[in-house]
Amino acid sequence: MNPFSSGTRLRDMIRAIRACKTAAEERAVVRKECASIRAAVSDNENDYRHRNLAKLMFIHMLGYPTHFGQMECLKLIAAPGFPEKRIGYLGLMLLLDERQEVLMLVTNSLKQDLNHTNQYIVGLALCALGNISSAEMARDLAPEVERLLQFRDPNVRKKAALCSIRIIKKVPDLAENFVNPVASLLKEKHHGVLLTAIQLCADLCMISEEALEYFRKKCTEGLVKVLKDAVNSPYAPEYDISGISDPFLQIRLLRILRILGHGDADASDLMNDILAQVATKTESNKNAGNAILYECVETIMSIEDSGGLRVLAINILGRFLSNRDNNIRYVALNMLMKAISIDGQAVQRHRATILECVKDSDASIRKRALELVSLLVNESNVKPLTKELIDYLEVSDNDFKGDLTVKICSIVEKLSPEKIWYIDQMLKVLCEAGNYVKDEVWHALIVVITNASNLHGYTVRALYRAIQTSGDQEAVVRVAIWCIGEYGDLLVNNIGMLDLEEPMTVTENDVVDAIEVASKRHASDLTTRSMCLVALLKLSSRFPSCSQRIKDIVTQFKGSHLLELQQRSLEFDSIIEKHQNLRSALVERMPVLDEATYSGRRAGSLPAVASTSQGNPLQLPNGVPKTVDAPLLDLLDLSADEPAPPTSSSANFLQDLLGDDILSSSSQSGRIQTQKSGTDVLLDLLSTGSPPAQNGSFTADILSISEDNNNKTTVNALNGLSSPVVTSAQRSHTSPVMDLLDGFGPNPTLPKDNGPTFPPLVAFENSSLSLIFKFSKQPGSPQITQIEASFTNKSSEVYTDFIFQAAVPKFLQLHLEPASSNTLPGNGNGSITQKLRVTNNQHGKKSLVMRIRISYKLNNKDMLEEGQISNFPRDL
Amino acid sequence: MIRFILLQNRQGKTRLAKYYIPLEESEKHKVEYEVHRLVVNRDPKFTNFVEFRTHKVIYRRYAGLFFSLCVDITDNELAYLECIHLFVEILDHFFSNVCELDLVFNFHKVYLILDEFILAGELQETSKRAIIERMGELEKQE
Repeated sequence: MNPFSSGTRLRDMIRAIRACKTAAEERAVVRKECASIRAAVSDNENDYRHRNLAKLMFIHMLGYPTHFGQMECLKLIAAPGFPEKRIGYLGLMLLLDERQEVLMLVTNSLKQDLNHTNQYIVGLALCALGNISSAEMARDLAPEVERLLQFRDPNVRKKAALCSIRIIKKVPDLAENFVNPVASLLKEKHHGVLLTAIQLCADLCMISEEALEYFRKKCTEGLVKVLKDAVNSPYAPEYDISGISDPFLQIRLLRILRILGHGDADASDLMNDILAQVATKTESNKNAGNAILYECVETIMSIEDSGGLRVLAINILGRFLSNRDNNIRYVALNMLMKAISIDGQAVQRHRATILECVKDSDASIRKRALELVSLLVNESNVKPLTKELIDYLEVSDNDFKGDLTVKICSIVEKLSPEKIWYIDQMLKVLCEAGNYVKDEVWHALIVVITNASNLHGYTVRALYRAIQTSGDQEAVVRVAIWCIGEYGDLLVNNIGMLDLEEPMTVTENDVVDAIEVASKRHASDLTTRSMCLVALLKLSSRFPSCSQRIKDIVTQFKGSHLLELQQRSLEFDSIIEKHQNLRSALVERMPVLDEATYSGRRAGSLPAVASTSQGNPLQLPNGVPKTVDAPLLDLLDLSADEPAPPTSSSANFLQDLLGDDILSSSSQSGRIQTQKSGTDVLLDLLSTGSPPAQNGSFTADILSISEDNNNKTTVNALNGLSSPVVTSAQRSHTSPVMDLLDGFGPNPTLPKDNGPTFPPLVAFENSSLSLIFKFSKQPGSPQITQIEASFTNKSSEVYTDFIFQAAVPKFLQLHLEPASSNTLPGNGNGSITQKLRVTNNQHGKKSLVMRIRISYKLNNKDMLEEGQISNFPRDL
Repeated sequence: MIRFILLQNRQGKTRLAKYYIPLEESEKHKVEYEVHRLVVNRDPKFTNFVEFRTHKVIYRRYAGLFFSLCVDITDNELAYLECIHLFVEILDHFFSNVCELDLVFNFHKVYLILDEFILAGELQETSKRAIIERMGELEKQE
């Protein structure tokens, strides 16, 4: 009985679902259908089983859960008739995949069906096995499939060949069993069998070096002949696609020849003639023909060199590149990328066309072309290519600018012949697309600028002009502000003029204007504004005449609602006003940044930078060195006002600085902890708000030392910092600071083991697994108990995916910290520890109780242990 | 190797989905959604290839239906494009002038045809006539 012609229930259901106007209606219909199918499933009804499963498949396609149908598939597969089996296997492939354990149950039915007398049922079984077989099934059923490779009907042979691909991918050890059968299949005439056999052969070669050698020796000649026949065969309507006889077979043949010819001169020799014939004779006005040519080119590129063929191949790619069809151009670009390592010169000839492709409207093509261009660039053509790309930057789409700037910048960085050219190009990029460049790009530019001491004047003047015209591009504004802050004096006095420059007159007031504009621009973000403030501070010393005006601008930020700006404003204001004598030393030019360390660090920490820049938009890479100075000065400044402070009172002021709570909390925890928080506090002081890790680049020298979490080096860092800035009189005051910091050491060790002690508890134990709780309490908070749980495994097996869970009644609060590992080695050989924190809200009245559950995998089998612990020591 | 085949209409309703690699159900839905988003708004002049995660999707539009194949990055795009067309011709021949409704009501037959055309993510038969004949034989078994 055919369920789809006699009863129309499947059709009815599909109609009903299609008639639904809203999602809710559809859900209602589906729910009703599912309910009746479930009922039928539990009644074990036989008559409509395959119709129900067909319905379930449709419901599955709509995205509803259908797990309850899985067993029905197995029942249908076990049924005797073809229609049932057909639906059963279809359901199996749709509703299940290789990872479900249910699948194991089907192995036996599959085995029977593979040996079935009805070849159509054999076909169904092969199809299911080929699409969803797991490694175990592959191992179990491989002998059947191997036998079917010699079946009389070609339809079964070709299915068996593809099924074998799945088997050897799942269980590579089985590959050798298939080598001989495939060799005989390769002599067949039937296209389907040949096609699948070639594919199997290719996969065998990938998996096994021996198979590759075998096929290379025995089959290369035969395959060349097959390709020859295919190419020269007369018109065969059955396999004809737009005038070409079975292009799919030809492509497969070219591919297997590529595998056989790669790295073997003899095999490559055998195929030269036919490749030349395919490359010259194939029609290139239809997609099918181009597909063959494309494959042929790839084969020519991969096999051992025979001069003439390569020229032919590159010429084909050249023709592809000028094709009007985007698909063809795309594959040409793809292939040229591979060709570039083989024959760079030949690819260079198409440079102009490739550059045109960068400007294409299709993103797929643009992306390929851009990648290709960046491979094509070398010392000799970097200047014209960069110029082209930068020119294009002006007109490109906004969403492409990001990619484009990255590539231009990396090209410029890698291949720039001289610094002035580098700076010029980067300025152009920043002016055009400053909002699209990544932070590292302009950081790198600043590093280069500081290193080019003869170009400081030139650069700062160029940047000054740039922000007049491109003030809306954030990155160029930042670089300009940084440079003006550093080299403002060169800008005004036209120092270090190069011959090519036009002289320009800029007054000190103009410069301050420029920064003021940038600092007040609506679009400027915190980083830019902070940098403006630092630049102004620097200028206040470089331009004494503008000092008052700068002070006024700086003071305006006292009211900023951004803490960072407010703080800088206040600090800088006090530096300008009160500390004339040390200001000039304080705002000296930055020392030259070391290119090597910078690029090394960038390479090493790229992912880290990427992640922090997401989380925290307030990167202050360049501002920081100066802000580091400022709070330090404040610190020293305070002590300078009260001459020679006695240790105790300076402890107070430090305490003030650090905040009482920090000090007291640190004095409670252990020594190591104290040292750590001591440095953290210092770091906070040093970096004014932005955590050290985020500074990413320039200050890291200082910070990397302090990150050692070691008091002593921190003090060294402090000393090192203060030495260039602070006069010797003040430097003496660093020693009390050092004393103070040292003082942290012995001070806080005292508490630690103050509280009552509790004996450890064996919380759970069976023949193999034991769990021990160790308790500790923080003095002063008796209701909180710290528990350290440690698990040991006495069996010889390793437990994986180990998870410990615990639950407590309402009067308790439980906090679980991550476990030390999720794998527990056997033989008591190591343990997992996990910390728990329990807060007892009814401390003194009730004692702890806890329910636990431990789950893990033993030889990939899920295991579960549960238990209740009520024998906790009292008073917890 | 073909990772999966999707047949979707313009609204993103999946009419056929065949996976040759194991994926979670939720992941499948995500893939179907993402592929639809990728292909549905592309200009017809653009390439029929889009990069998708670490693979690429070869797609082709026939009236309101999108046929998408996800294949390895090293595979021959043009060949798979031709392969989609061959599949459509087979469907067209089998249903004589196929339309979306044929595929909805006879989805199980579409799967059957696909299983005769592609197996284990590889092309199985390239002759339209052979597949149509084979379908005839299978229908006689019912």
